[in-house]
Amino acid sequence: MQPAFSVIFLTTLIGMGQGLFLAIYTEQVYSVLNVVQTNSSDRFYGIASGVALVLLILGLIASIFHLGRPERAWRAAAMWRTSWLSREVIILPIVMGLVFLFGIVHFMSWNPVIMTFGQVEVRLSLIIGAFATLATFSLYIATGMIYACLKFLQEWHSPLTVINYLLLGSVSGFTMASVVAAYWQPKLVSFFVGWSIVMLVFAFISRGASLIRNKRLRPKSTVQTAIGVRHNQIKQKSMGFMGGSMNTRDFFHGKTLFFLRSIKTIFLVLVFAVPLVLLIVALFKPTLTVLLPAIVSMYLGLIAERWYFFAEGNHPQNIYYQSIA
Amino acid sequence: MSQLALVIDLNVCVGCHACVTNCKEWNTSGSAGALSDDHPYGKDPTGTFFNRVQTYEIGKFPKTETLHFPKSCLHCEDPPCVPVCPTGASYKREEDGIVLVDYDKCIGCRYCSWACPYGAREIDEHQKVMKKCTLCVDRIYDESLPEDERKPACVLACPTSARIFGDVHDPDSEVSVAIREQGGYQLMPEWGTKPSNHYLPRHKNHVSYHKDELERADNPLKKEDYQVDASEPSLDDVTSW
Amino acid sequence: MYSENNLLAESPDHIEVKNTTCYMCACRCGIRVTLKNGEVRYIQGNPDHPLNKGVICAKGSSGIMKQYSPARLTKPLKRRKGAQRGDNDFEEISWDEAYAIMEERLSEIRATDPKKFALFTGRDQMQALTGLFAKQFGTPNYAAHGGFCSVNMAAGMIYTIGGSFWEFGGPDLERSKLFIMFGTAEDHHSNPLKIQLSEFKRHGGRFISINPIRTGYSAIADEWVPIKPGTDGALILALINEIIQLGLYDRDFLIQYTNSAELVNVDEASNEEGLFVRQGEKAIDDACVDNQNKLWWDRHANGAVITHTEGADPYLLGDFELDNGMKVKPAFQLLVDRVKDYTPEWASSITGIPVETIKQLAHEMGITARDQKIELPIPWTDTWGKEHESVSGNPVSFHAMRGLAAHSNGFHTIRSLSILMTILGTIDCPGGFRHKAPFPRPIPPCAKTPRGPEGVQPNTPLAGMALGWPAEPNDLFVDDEGTPVRLDKGFSWEYPLSVHGLMHNAITNAWRGDPYPIDTLMIFMANMAWNSSMNTVNIRDMLKDKDEDGNYKIPNIFVCDAFESEMVAFADLVLPDTSYLERHDVMSMLDRPISEYDGPVDSVRVPVLPPTGDSRPFQETIIELGSRLKLPAFVDAEGNRKYRDYPDFVINYETEPGSGIGFLAGWRGKAGEKFMKGEPNPNQWEMYEKNNCVYHYHLPKSYQYMRNFNKGYLQWSRKHRLTRFAEPITIHVYSEVLQKFRLAAQGKLPGKQPPEHLRKRVETYFDPLPMYYVPLESQLTDTQKYPLNAVTQRPMAMYHSWDSQNAWLRQIHAHNYLHINPQTAQANGISDDDWIWVESMHGKVRCQCRLSEAVEPGTVWTWNAIGKASGAWGLDKHANESQRGFLLNHLISEELPENVDGDHLSNSDPVTGQAAWYDVRVRIYKADDHEPAQTSPQFKPHKHTPGTPKRKPKWQAFFAGLGKFKGGAK
Repeated sequence: MQPAFSVIFLTTLIGMGQGLFLAIYTEQVYSVLNVVQTNSSDRFYGIASGVALVLLILGLIASIFHLGRPERAWRAAAMWRTSWLSREVIILPIVMGLVFLFGIVHFMSWNPVIMTFGQVEVRLSLIIGAFATLATFSLYIATGMIYACLKFLQEWHSPLTVINYLLLGSVSGFTMASVVAAYWQPKLVSFFVGWSIVMLVFAFISRGASLIRNKRLRPKSTVQTAIGVRHNQIKQKSMGFMGGSMNTRDFFHGKTLFFLRSIKTIFLVLVFAVPLVLLIVALFKPTLTVLLPAIVSMYLGLIAERWYFFAEGNHPQNIYYQSIA
Repeated sequence: MSQLALVIDLNVCVGCHACVTNCKEWNTSGSAGALSDDHPYGKDPTGTFFNRVQTYEIGKFPKTETLHFPKSCLHCEDPPCVPVCPTGASYKREEDGIVLVDYDKCIGCRYCSWACPYGAREIDEHQKVMKKCTLCVDRIYDESLPEDERKPACVLACPTSARIFGDVHDPDSEVSVAIREQGGYQLMPEWGTKPSNHYLPRHKNHVSYHKDELERADNPLKKEDYQVDASEPSLDDVTSW
Repeated sequence: MYSENNLLAESPDHIEVKNTTCYMCACRCGIRVTLKNGEVRYIQGNPDHPLNKGVICAKGSSGIMKQYSPARLTKPLKRRKGAQRGDNDFEEISWDEAYAIMEERLSEIRATDPKKFALFTGRDQMQALTGLFAKQFGTPNYAAHGGFCSVNMAAGMIYTIGGSFWEFGGPDLERSKLFIMFGTAEDHHSNPLKIQLSEFKRHGGRFISINPIRTGYSAIADEWVPIKPGTDGALILALINEIIQLGLYDRDFLIQYTNSAELVNVDEASNEEGLFVRQGEKAIDDACVDNQNKLWWDRHANGAVITHTEGADPYLLGDFELDNGMKVKPAFQLLVDRVKDYTPEWASSITGIPVETIKQLAHEMGITARDQKIELPIPWTDTWGKEHESVSGNPVSFHAMRGLAAHSNGFHTIRSLSILMTILGTIDCPGGFRHKAPFPRPIPPCAKTPRGPEGVQPNTPLAGMALGWPAEPNDLFVDDEGTPVRLDKGFSWEYPLSVHGLMHNAITNAWRGDPYPIDTLMIFMANMAWNSSMNTVNIRDMLKDKDEDGNYKIPNIFVCDAFESEMVAFADLVLPDTSYLERHDVMSMLDRPISEYDGPVDSVRVPVLPPTGDSRPFQETIIELGSRLKLPAFVDAEGNRKYRDYPDFVINYETEPGSGIGFLAGWRGKAGEKFMKGEPNPNQWEMYEKNNCVYHYHLPKSYQYMRNFNKGYLQWSRKHRLTRFAEPITIHVYSEVLQKFRLAAQGKLPGKQPPEHLRKRVETYFDPLPMYYVPLESQLTDTQKYPLNAVTQRPMAMYHSWDSQNAWLRQIHAHNYLHINPQTAQANGISDDDWIWVESMHGKVRCQCRLSEAVEPGTVWTWNAIGKASGAWGLDKHANESQRGFLLNHLISEELPENVDGDHLSNSDPVTGQAAWYDVRVRIYKADDHEPAQTSPQFKPHKHTPGTPKRKPKWQAFFAGLGKFKGGAK
């Protein structure tokens, strides 16, 4: 496929936004359950939620560039019964709304105790956060399923696609949380960094698994099945037009194999290797000077990762668009 | 429920592109229009077409086949492009199975084109909506047209009648009979999309004479054995037993 | 799908539907044009038209983009003062000024030396009118593009069977069982052939394509037989040999309907050697009557009898001696003697086709012809009075066009094909070749040119036709020294049977002043500065070359065209023609009508739109000039203009006063009650319009077959003045016409004699029997150095150079590649997509290549005329057509290298002057990596042409009825 930067930014930005929310909510849950002693402040939750919201909004803005008719984007909510894209379109504003509520409740300290279970006080934010978490997970699934549901895009048609969206989004969000924490609430850094490291390892395993899987794929469609002729030597001479069309522009990256391999290496280094080292360092030296490069590296790496994800998708329609003459 | 479709006879398609431009001509000023063209007089001209004729070479010289292969939307019975559409702009009609795009609902997200394994859809870069073959839905039910012209433009134009139009759910229709009797097949059956459009394969008429037919009772050369010169020596002249 | 915007736009519309005739190529299909608010909404095939029966091709379907093309010329233009030819630097002028310029020039030429005016036209369909104008003007220098198109096809077949493929006849695929197509033939009569091919295949017919390349129709052939270009003659002669050897020929047909059994004088000492022996008086003393006073050798009488003597059964083989001691042989014996060395083994070594395949082809043809005979219960009477209860047919049919014709051995190849068809007995019979009216015509047809320079006189119409059909050396259009009278040297000893002229040599000859310089060259619709010329680069230089005094060597060039073609840039005066949707036209019986096998058909074009800008139909220019110059056909006795305009001319013109023969055959007579012949009908146009713009006369069934010898048909044809006589048109297996030229070259025939240096050439190529020789260019090329043949194929979605200005069609063919067999590519170190040089001994071209398994290894090919000069045809200067497109023309010379027969001989068939496009030999090699990714040669981009849009739209979306184009931001 031809990677579209609007979609790359959409998925990476909202993934990180969702992850950032998950990070702070996890921390809040831990703190409520007294698993960790953090003394985190409402102000931090509010600011972090704000950052998450900004990321989600940036993602939304990016997505608009993908649409031919953004003024009609509201229509996209119509087909939630069948379309994962429609579901994403519905869930995204819900996530944004809940994250906003979660943040504002904290920030304005409108956070009454709703109920108590023994020692544990369940405040309003915790309940909003629970719904937001549900929405966030749904959004990861919807985003991943947009791609995973296309069965003839074999590289995408796998649970790993959804897991990768979830883990890569989460790890970038947790790392972002470390950065936000390093600035506003340094005590929390090690909590987020620790989780980031754990998730990075899982993300690496899952992303690596999909790379290995995709390398082994054999295309189900061939020029033989595409035109229905049994012969071992068939070559397209002419696709029927010479100046290109959407079929030649949207479905193939047009880059060399070397370029593709380089992008793969780059994203593996930038998403996994560099941040891992920096995060480990941050465990001992939890400063912005360590964490900022980590998040920058990771985000740039994710752009490369997403580019590669799209480019790797081998669309069977390309069989019909091989040659001009 | 009927399912309208095209059956394309590869055995007679000569690759003349009549269906390509007649489709463009009808549809650009029809309810699916206008179909835009970019750089119409410049470098790398490109535009929105619903139908293309491709060419494939099969085999090695001298056993080469040149195959002309027209392709437009296949109007799948189970069209993967429809459920993915977030707005419902992409839909399959109950009454005749035609897969259409409602331009007023389309947001131009291109997701349906990703979901089509056949590359049958084209975005209009200026109207910013997805377009595709409509089976000339604005012709085939138009009662102001003579009945035998209520067909897709490509079918009317095709000089070799390589395009047959009809209901593939009606077992007695011309298309169903052709599919059944001439080995009509679907493209990329591996995805279970059940395309309604079918293709009829090439078939060859081979040399059919028998060597015996070269030994002929009616050989006209027999009529030309006129001159045996009596003065020429013969075996009869020189043998005496 | 139903957008509200579109529905709104569609509601209050003014819809009109009009029938007319297409002109996106030479096929001339009936079309139905729907107009919405005065704009073209839809062009479809007219289902009630006999030619295309409702179908239409890619070009016809794209007529809208031709109509509204930015390349349309809309103003008369004059070369700007001080501007040079080729600069495309013009100023707008009025039609009055344009007419005045032409009138002044032409009246002076006509009063002094009419041959200094040359009129050459391209792919037009009004040769009846342009030919009339030239004849009335008095110039011999008129021809259409036939000489560089397929004149070999016309001449080779008409000189043999009295008819031809082309619009004049074709294969009866409805009843045929075996169909063989030679070479590229995609662009003539294309829709009817496509319709018939698919029906033929569906009925189980077997289709064999013999072609170096498998594209187009060959794609659906049941068998593809790759052959080396220019060797088809060798194959056909071997097929003839094999068919005769096995006795698979149709003996009865040969005896009754051909000159096979007729006795030829074979006495080498005789001055009449090679001529038929004749006895008694000619019934009709006319060169275009094949008198029946020749002899057979009857087996019963064991002696010579007049042909077709009741009860006679002649020998086809043998040698005999007449009572007067003259040695004679039946013509068929001579044919057998000729072909006996043309064995399948011999042909295999030349054509590259395996011996087994050649034999199989011959066997299939022979057995199918003999064993699958068709009998139709249609009684008919032959010209000798014999009544037949049925028509029988041998269902083997053939088709060929330029693939055979465009070689310098094409005439003999096509004559061989005609003879192959004849020995199979498939001439004008069910399942075989079928004629179309006005064919068959006599062999050769009656029309003749003047016989010498005295036929050209000031202020006098030409004393004959500008183009004719020589029957003997005395018919040549030369002076006493044998010097040509025509500028293109047509009908001279260099190309005696150049029945369509040699347009491809007109510019070179005029530039060189050989045979003489001219004053004014008028070109209509022919792109002579580009794809219609061989040696394009030098032709462009000749067009702008000046003498020592600084005057152009061709002093005046007038060009009429509808589009800004490459040729327009070289004009001094440009006349904007209308599009086909904006004018009246006739597909006349006097020209090349659209007849069907079952009878004559002619048709018309009527305007469905007003002219664009100030464009005017070229016909109106001709009528206007004819009137202003007071040419007799265009003015009355007092010298006043006779015809208001072209439609008026078409109705009222008669070939001779009171002849009743005019441009249109249908609805003649005062009330439209007559056909073919009858007084003018003032409502003739309306009647055509009411009847789908076509007149179709269905012959009685008994007149539809065997028309060369069908008494009923021939008498009908004479009665309706298609032909002068109703005499049988015996098929010329043996060509006495050719033998007469040979005898002249041998000094045996009194009368006109060839110049000494041409005697050998005429003697060699005017062989009365079919022959094969290596194409002249190959004979004169170092084929070790240039081992490959380079040819073009005709893309079905483009007509010559016409359609690059068409926004839809150019998306299908924006540029072209050279297609090479992978073996050949590998041997030359070339890979797919490489930029390569293609070089002949005349020039070289840089282009991009594609590897293809569908071309034989000794051949490279490309699509014809996709390449364009930068900025021409309304295209941006960076358009693909000029940057990645190319012409093979740069590799092909219009003249042969100097050789034993002389210098400046045309690169043409020595019999007919047919341009030998496909003879060129080339080599290929990879371009250097540092060379630009651009085709070579390149030309200076055209300047903007006044009257065309200054800037082209970046995009456009046509929606009829809304003011043409939605969007279209500049």
